[in-house]
Amino acid sequence: MESSQEYLASERAQTWREDLRKSVKAADRTKKERVKMPEQDPDVRNKNSLEVNLGISEAQAIAEAQRCLDCVTPTCITGCPVNINIPKFIKKIESGDFAGAAKVLKETNALPAVCGRVCPQEVQCESQCFYVQKMNKPAVAIGNLERFAADFERESGQISVPEVAPRKGIKVGVVGSGPSGLAAAGDLIKMGYDVTVFEALHEIGGVLKYGIPEFRLPNVMVDVEIENLRQMGVVFEPNFIVGKTASLDTLRAEGYKAFFIGSGAGLPNFMHIPGENAIGIFSSNEYLTRVNLMGASRPGYDTPVLKGRNVAVIGGGNTAMDSVRTAKRLGAERAMIVYRRSLDEMPARKEEIHHAMEEGVEFLCLHNPLEYLSDDKGRVCRMKVQQMDLGEPDASGRRRPVPREGSEFLLDVDTVIVSIGVSPNPLISQAVPGLEVTRWGTLVVNPDTMQTSIPDLFAGGDIVRGGATVILAMGDGRKAAAGMDAWLKEQNI
Amino acid sequence: MNKIISKDFLSELVFRMVIEAPRIAQSRQPGNFIILRVDEHGERIPLTIADANPEAGTITLIVQIVGCSTRKLSRLEAGDFLSDLVGPLGKATHIEKSGTILCAGGGVGIAPLYPIVEGHKKAGNRVVVVLAARTKDLLILEQEMRQQADEVIVMTDDGSYGSRGLVTQGMEQVIQREKVHEAVVIGPAVMMKFASMLTRKYNIPTVASLNTIMVDGTGMCGACRCTVEGKTKFVCVDGPEFDAHSVDFDEMLRRLGAYKEEEVKAYEAYLEQLQR
Repeated sequence: MESSQEYLASERAQTWREDLRKSVKAADRTKKERVKMPEQDPDVRNKNSLEVNLGISEAQAIAEAQRCLDCVTPTCITGCPVNINIPKFIKKIESGDFAGAAKVLKETNALPAVCGRVCPQEVQCESQCFYVQKMNKPAVAIGNLERFAADFERESGQISVPEVAPRKGIKVGVVGSGPSGLAAAGDLIKMGYDVTVFEALHEIGGVLKYGIPEFRLPNVMVDVEIENLRQMGVVFEPNFIVGKTASLDTLRAEGYKAFFIGSGAGLPNFMHIPGENAIGIFSSNEYLTRVNLMGASRPGYDTPVLKGRNVAVIGGGNTAMDSVRTAKRLGAERAMIVYRRSLDEMPARKEEIHHAMEEGVEFLCLHNPLEYLSDDKGRVCRMKVQQMDLGEPDASGRRRPVPREGSEFLLDVDTVIVSIGVSPNPLISQAVPGLEVTRWGTLVVNPDTMQTSIPDLFAGGDIVRGGATVILAMGDGRKAAAGMDAWLKEQNI
Repeated sequence: MNKIISKDFLSELVFRMVIEAPRIAQSRQPGNFIILRVDEHGERIPLTIADANPEAGTITLIVQIVGCSTRKLSRLEAGDFLSDLVGPLGKATHIEKSGTILCAGGGVGIAPLYPIVEGHKKAGNRVVVVLAARTKDLLILEQEMRQQADEVIVMTDDGSYGSRGLVTQGMEQVIQREKVHEAVVIGPAVMMKFASMLTRKYNIPTVASLNTIMVDGTGMCGACRCTVEGKTKFVCVDGPEFDAHSVDFDEMLRRLGAYKEEEVKAYEAYLEQLQR
């Protein structure tokens, strides 16, 4: 609907857009250099928890917005899982209407300040930008501009609350308050439903709060967006585990007509190698939860965390980068990534890998742990690692790591963070008999409507995907909200 | 926010708290636990539900003061509010009619044992309870247990009440006297270890309820992991009850001490702060 060709064309044909296009020649626009995001100095930031990226200035934002050619066919939008009207918000910035830009973002994105920070734009919208596709030049910095507009609105104190349809008097529930749940809640409340979000933890925000560290996404950003949803009428129930605190049937009896399940990929994977239950070996979920959600290491908070001197993080994803950079900030002398493939195969965002390297993180690529040894108190003290070589590509298309015989050696470590992925949280499937799951435990859904095998249950995010990104989860939440709306109308509810 | 309805001390370091939690009071089953936070800066502490009153919408917790967070909790009074309370968590106790059940509780482990005794009685089992404490003053819930169980045997380390001796001695006395079909042991890890060694000797299927360190309590973090039958399990979602004969209690004991240093430091700092 928002992304339909005619709608975009009519928006683009508006006078202010035409005038703006004419105001600077295309040739002059393409001559401009992409604006660089200012950052905290690596040697300073690796000792604090403040944001690494400082945000661009108004002048920088306008300069960057001028690079955007306002293409007839905005391919960038096809790269956005939530279909943001990208040229429109960028042109609002170019015209100096920053608050208007934020408003455009919020038409389709409940969490612009979050997405502007953590989306992998380089493989989404920015990868589809005309500059990349046709000119072999750096893309328009869509992500940085999104962050700029969202930050401007927040700092101005004049936060616009999106319009909501008149109340229908129909109750729907959202299970989980992570990115997919918040996106679904945002759309459902706009459609006029009475939305309650149930969250198991004591804080709203899911992985945005317990997982992503302050230096990448300050909690206050998430809180602002949640407050926005609250003002639109969304009700939040923390400390509520659907299926435990109350069953789905109890909630149905209380009048809930449909549910969106966005309970996430809860269970951390371990490697099941000898010694892995030694003290000082964490899942990245535990380590990050202690620090981010529970405030461990901050004065005045009761939850402890073991601070290591020699910290090894196993894995090469974004969560591994978050963990190792957190360890560095907590004072580790050596903070190491231990990854079984090479830098080229690493699934983390390039920007995160680059930031980690700048901050003094060591990368032991083509290394794989075999066993952990512990001291007389049971605390891990060494790990046996094996070197790897890259063989033929495997099913994932990445080259398969092959152990190099006789290459084992011992590495001194006192803290290990295992960050090799997560499995879906089984609480929901255990609590809902008949819910169809895959052999990996993810929920089976109709990909167009996100409806599960139980008609009044819709689902999205990691409980369906098994481990993906914030923005894909949000895209699912939006799609499920539309699917739920259509289904409820079909049922004449 | 959950309101505290009442609080009373059962012994010097053990107190009972009745807390408003209407949904949990409805949905909890024997074996379930909750996680609470005392205040905005608090830890998430897992505690087994000792009792519940669905009509009044309350649950009962019985807590031993072991450190900073439990001391903070003990200082709240009726009318005060907890910052957070979530549950019921964990799998419920497997209860069926199977004959004679030997339930052994040590120290504050007697509290989580209570709803299990109640459940087994309701299922029509004969329930013999062995309660163990270091000394008479530390024994809790004796009268409540006597109202439920067919028989209650009390053991104290110093002989100040009941019979002098360890929980295992009381258990063995019952095992040698009559056919025991199943045992449930809850208490300190060491006590559970030795109690389960005893029942293994007599081939009695035995369940232990593990009280490991937890953070979220929903399977998300793995702080509570333990080895059962050579496999890693999460106490919060796979337990808290397991086949006691398959649990690696030595590993569990080690892992319980993971934050010993931090805990002692935090407790000392807190006590100092209280005195100021």
